Amino acid sequence: MSAVLPSPYVPSARLLSHKAWSGVLLALLVVGVLVPLLNLVVPAASPLHVSDYAVALVGKIMCYAICALAMDLIWGYTGILSLGHGVFFALGSYATGMYLMRQIGRDGNYKSDLPDFMVFLDWKSLPWHWGLSDSFAAQMLLVVLVPGLLAFVFGYFAFRSRIKGVYFSIITQALTFAAMLLFFRNETGFGGNNGFTDFKRILGTPIATPAMRMALFMSTGFILIGAFVFARWLVQSKFGRVLQAIRDAESRVMFTGYDPLRYKLTVWVISAVMCAVAGALYVPQVGIINPSEMSPAASIEIAIWAAVGGRGTLIGPIIGAFFVNGAKSWLTQAFPEVWLYFLGALFIAVTLFLPQGLVGLLRRRSEAQRP
Amino acid sequence: MTPELMEAGARLRTKHAERSNAPAGNSGGRETSYGRVVQPGVVDVAHGAILYLDDISVSFDGFKALNALSLSISAGELRCIIGPNGAGKTTLMDVITGKTRPDAGRAYFGSTIDLLRLRENQIAQIGIGRKFQKPTVFEHLSVFQNLELALKADRGVRASMRFRLSGAQLDRIAAMLQLIHLTDSAQRGAGGLSHGQKQWLEIGMLLMQDPKLLLLDEPVAGMTDEETERTAELFLSLEGSHSLVIVEHDMKFIGALTQGKAHRRVTVLHEGSVLAEGSLAQVQANQQVVEVYLGR
Repeated sequence: MSAVLPSPYVPSARLLSHKAWSGVLLALLVVGVLVPLLNLVVPAASPLHVSDYAVALVGKIMCYAICALAMDLIWGYTGILSLGHGVFFALGSYATGMYLMRQIGRDGNYKSDLPDFMVFLDWKSLPWHWGLSDSFAAQMLLVVLVPGLLAFVFGYFAFRSRIKGVYFSIITQALTFAAMLLFFRNETGFGGNNGFTDFKRILGTPIATPAMRMALFMSTGFILIGAFVFARWLVQSKFGRVLQAIRDAESRVMFTGYDPLRYKLTVWVISAVMCAVAGALYVPQVGIINPSEMSPAASIEIAIWAAVGGRGTLIGPIIGAFFVNGAKSWLTQAFPEVWLYFLGALFIAVTLFLPQGLVGLLRRRSEAQRP
Repeated sequence: MTPELMEAGARLRTKHAERSNAPAGNSGGRETSYGRVVQPGVVDVAHGAILYLDDISVSFDGFKALNALSLSISAGELRCIIGPNGAGKTTLMDVITGKTRPDAGRAYFGSTIDLLRLRENQIAQIGIGRKFQKPTVFEHLSVFQNLELALKADRGVRASMRFRLSGAQLDRIAAMLQLIHLTDSAQRGAGGLSHGQKQWLEIGMLLMQDPKLLLLDEPVAGMTDEETERTAELFLSLEGSHSLVIVEHDMKFIGALTQGKAHRRVTVLHEGSVLAEGSLAQVQANQQVVEVYLGR
C-alpha cells in the first residue's frame, strides 16, 4: 500500500516557528543591547533610564524563570511534581558561594585567609570539601556535578521503586527539608543559618560595580534564552513526546517497549541541573545564600510559578515567574502583610479557574477573537 | 590455503545453508536438533510453539488468580480465550507481559526466551504486544504521534532525542492510518476520539511495534457492529504472520473469528486454570463449560 499523506499531516521538524525565532532574537536584543544601553549610557535623569534596582530585580526573576522552566519539564511535560527543586537551586548557589567567599580573601572582618564564619568557629584550616573553592572553573563544574549526582541517585531509587504522584512529591519535600537541616548546622561548613554573604569580588573584579551587575544580568538573560531553546528542542523531539506519553499513560509506554525509568531519570537530572545553574547565577546578583532557600516553602513556590504561567507550555512558566515575583516585589513593599494571602488566593484561583495558567487564558482569548 | 581445502569449505557451507533453509514443519527437523545454534534475543519457534506456559500459579492475598495454568500457543495461531469474570484472563496477560510475577511456574517465548527474567519494556521489545481492556492511548498527543511513538525503532533515550522519521517510516504510518481508518483524524488529539476509534488506534499502535505475538484484552468492547466486523477481518488477516491471543466476552465475535475454521481453537478458563480447549463447537458442547459459563 503506498499511501502518501497530505503535507499538513506531516509534523513539522522545525525547532521554532519564524514568529518564535523573532521573539527569541528580540529577547536577545533586549537583554544584550537595550537594557545595557538604557542602564549604563542613558543618564539617570532621563525617563528612559532603567534603574539599577530594576536591573537587579529582573536579573533575579530571570533566575527564577529558569527554575520555573526546569519545573515545567519535569511537572508540565512528564507529570512528575517535584516539591524539592529548591535543594538543587541552593546547591548550585552554595557551590558558587564557596568560590565567592574565597574571593573575599583577607578583606573580611577578621582579616584572615579563611572565611569569617570559619574564624568565628575557630577553625584553623579549610575543611576538605572546600579544597577546590579557589578555582572558578572547578566550582562551576561542581554547580553541575553535585546537584546532578544527587538528582541521579535520588531519582534512580525513587523511579526504580516506581514511586509516583503525591508520594514522590512528599519525598522530594523530605529531601529538601533534610538538606536544609544539614546546612543549618555549623559543623557542615557552609556558614550555618547565616549562609554566605558579604561578597567582594568575582574573578578578581569587584562585584558591586554597575558593569559587573550588567554582566551578570546579561549572562542570566542569555542563559535563560538558551535554556528556553534547549527545552524547546527537548520537548519537540521524540524524547519529549515519550515524556508526555509517560504523563498520559505510563503503562502503555512500558508495554510499547520504552523503559520509563531512563526517560524519567534523564529529564529529572536535566531539570535539576537547570535549577542549579539558576542558583549559581542568583548568588552573585542577590549577594546572599542561606539554608532558607532549601525550605519546603521555597520549592513549592517554584511549582506555583509554573502553574500560574501554564504547565505544558514553555513560555508559560517564564511568564508565571515574572508575574508572581513582580507582584511579590510590589506587594511586599506596598502591603507587606497581604503578600502571603495573595499568593494563596492566586494559587487557588489558578487551580480552580485556570488549569492551563495565564497562557491558557491568553490562548482562549485569541481563539475566541478569531472568527 | 590449498584449492582443495577451499573447495571442501565451500561444500560444507552450501550444505549447511541447505539444512537451515529446510522448511519448518511441525516436526522441526534439523532445526530442532541439539546441535543448532541458539541465538540470543531471537524467538526460536522451531518446536512450533511461540508461547509456552507451564504450571503458572499466581495468588493475591490468598486468592488464587491462576492455579497451575498450562497453555501453549503455536506460531501463527489465532487463539480465543473465554471465561467468566474472575477466571484469571487479565492476570494471565499480566504474567505474560511481565506486569505480574507468578508464584510458581515457567513462561517461555519461543523455546529459548524465559519471560520471567524480563521486565515489561524488554518483553515488549522482543515482540509481545498487548492491548489493554480499557483502551489506553496517549490522550494529549495526536493520532499520528501515537503511532510514531509505537513505531519499531531504537527505544533508547539518546536515539529518541535524535530521532527523525524516514520516508519509509512515514509511509508505514500512513498505511497504518488507512488500515485503522483514522487518516482523516491523524492530526487530532487522541483524547478526542470515540471509544471504538481509540480501540483501533491502540490496535494500530500494537501493529506498529511489529510484534510476533499479540495479546488482545476485549478488543471489541464498546465498538459498533460494523467496527466489530472490521476488527474481526483485521485479526483474521493477521493470522499466520502473527500469533494472536484474544480474550473476549462477546460470543458473537468469537463466532465470527472461528467460523468455518475448525483448527481455530478456543480455550475456556475457569478459576485460574484451563477448563476446556477445542473448536468453538466442541467447547460449547462441553457439559462443564455449559455449567460454569455458557449456561448462565
